Amino acid sequence: MTDNRFFNRSELIGILLLAVFLVVILPLTLDVFRLNLVAKYLTYAFVALGLVVCWGYGGILSLGQGVFFGLGGYCMAMFLKLEASSVENTKIQSTPGIPDFMDWNQITSLPLFWKPFNSLTFTIAAIILVPGIFAWIIGTAMFKRRVGGTYFAIITQAVAAILTILIVGQQGYTGGINGMTDLRTLKGWDIRPDHAKVVLYFFEVGCLFVCIMIAQFIRHSKLGRILVAMREKEDRVRFSGYSVANFKIFAFCIAAIFAAIGGAMFALNVGFMSPSFVGIVPSIEMVIYTAVGGRLSILGAVYGTLLVNFAKTSLSETFPELWLFGLGGLFIAVVLAFPNGLAGIWGDYVQPRIDGLISSRKPKPAGWTEGSVADGAPAE
Amino acid sequence: MFGDYSLGDLGSIFVMQGFAGLILFSVYVLMALGLAIIFGQMGVINMAHGEFMILGAYVTWMTSNFFQSYLPSLFSGYFFLAMILAFVASGALGMLVEWVLIRHLYKRPLDTLLATWGLSLILQQAYRSVFGAREVGVELPQWMLGSLHVSDSIEVPINGVFVMCLTVLITVAVAYVMYKSRWGRQVRAVVQNRIMAGAVGINTEKVDRYTFGLGCGIAGVAGSAFTMIGSTGPTSGQLYIVDTFLVVVFGGAASLIGTIASAFSISQTQSTLEFFLSGSMAKVLTLLAVVGILMLRPQGLFALKVRK
Repeated sequence: MTDNRFFNRSELIGILLLAVFLVVILPLTLDVFRLNLVAKYLTYAFVALGLVVCWGYGGILSLGQGVFFGLGGYCMAMFLKLEASSVENTKIQSTPGIPDFMDWNQITSLPLFWKPFNSLTFTIAAIILVPGIFAWIIGTAMFKRRVGGTYFAIITQAVAAILTILIVGQQGYTGGINGMTDLRTLKGWDIRPDHAKVVLYFFEVGCLFVCIMIAQFIRHSKLGRILVAMREKEDRVRFSGYSVANFKIFAFCIAAIFAAIGGAMFALNVGFMSPSFVGIVPSIEMVIYTAVGGRLSILGAVYGTLLVNFAKTSLSETFPELWLFGLGGLFIAVVLAFPNGLAGIWGDYVQPRIDGLISSRKPKPAGWTEGSVADGAPAE
Repeated sequence: MFGDYSLGDLGSIFVMQGFAGLILFSVYVLMALGLAIIFGQMGVINMAHGEFMILGAYVTWMTSNFFQSYLPSLFSGYFFLAMILAFVASGALGMLVEWVLIRHLYKRPLDTLLATWGLSLILQQAYRSVFGAREVGVELPQWMLGSLHVSDSIEVPINGVFVMCLTVLITVAVAYVMYKSRWGRQVRAVVQNRIMAGAVGINTEKVDRYTFGLGCGIAGVAGSAFTMIGSTGPTSGQLYIVDTFLVVVFGGAASLIGTIASAFSISQTQSTLEFFLSGSMAKVLTLLAVVGILMLRPQGLFALKVRK
């Protein structure tokens, strides 16, 4: 346990650079509309971060992260919707005081499972606990029986399909295909004007860094090493006496909770939540953010998310036909040519040059090894 | 929920819903057969399977248009040619994809999943650019329209019967190829022990390519049959892909009988529930049941005992 530091020097520099980029450069250069767009992209970065832990380190590919993103988002949206549906706001409805879509669907009283969402404390707890417990149930059922790999991916995908159909079908309770729209205030504080959006952006970036720190901690702790070992040779870890299933469940739950926080941020920053962020297609798209950034790189996940989404917005604005070709090509290219994504390219081509430049000026510090730079390389 | 119907009505309902379920069953079986070969035998997750199916559907649509404009006298028989063309087109595309993409990824099944998802996006957009975003429907020949009267309250549509016969035929053919022919023996040998199969002189790369091509070709035929009962759009394939994977996994990945049994149980459950509940709730309950059973019995209904 001598090497149990949070991060080595190059990672610290990387985190500081990301912080400068997100906290100083972007808010100074972008207008509020664009900044809000970045805030929307960053909500997916939470999911991508979770996938780095779960897929990159643990080797568990979940194609159902949209489920947890959606659960977190819907918890937050339910609270905001209830606040927006106060009696005086909804007095034109036949039943004032309930969300508008319930009124349209002839529901006359607030359903029981909605009632606790009047409390912000409960909502925050629910954002963490509901997806966490749900992930724990799925994880326990699957990993204890040693179901993994492709089967797990298919099952999570099916769960995503089920939840989407359920949300769309139960219009009266969930707002159906339109989702929950017209979210207005958080504890009386209006979330719609520009200054609120800027505050929410900084709040979100703060949360993102907390999650990055948690992921860093996992990566550098013994836990992270066991996860990587498990990915490489599951049986050996099992024979060494570790409970492989429990570690997998843990990684999956962490990924689910990160995704849920992202979903809650989405509801706050974007002001609505709909089933189009829950299903199979968004879930797989979230995987590609991680893959592009580099499935082993915590910071790569953030950059990958931003890059793919910027490309998506600008391409689909100008050449809507090309976007799907581009996205599809990206999937194939990342898998075939760059399995470690941007971080892999950085680690293989850019980093050595920078190191070369630095080390040509000053001597290498003692104990410096090549392997410690590359992320996830079988060093030590 | 049964109270409003008399016993005779209820019987007819079950027969009619059972028949609707049988059509769904046919579609599932046709799609799942190709997938059972590709996923069950080769272990490759082909997320673009639905798009191969849609390719078959578009080929059928083009053939029907061609016959309508140039050979109207032979129109009643166009479907048989269309089916062969669909098989060839999808199979050829499948072999190309295997050669360009899949063969590099056999050791990384999760990456295959992502790559084929990318492929499915590209194919979808290609269909949209070539054929337009609107769904197209095939004009059926005269003899396929109408329905058979079984009794006063029960009728079954002829095209449904036709699709079912087709399903039986194709299933038997696939079973024969996989379990009786020399080539099928080679496929199973490669699946069970790739290195040994190679050592006794089987060209494993060639077997892989043809197996993948066969799976995709069957998907093409499925698409062709699909045009008989529904219309085709660029994203129709995606609607069925998760269901089909569940069918294959539920049945036990390497078992042909399991695939058929699971397709039957899933489609019958869904269509019977559909009558009493809304369509979406029927689907949710069916999928939930499948996922629940898979959690209790991950190896599926019919597990093949293989030494790993």
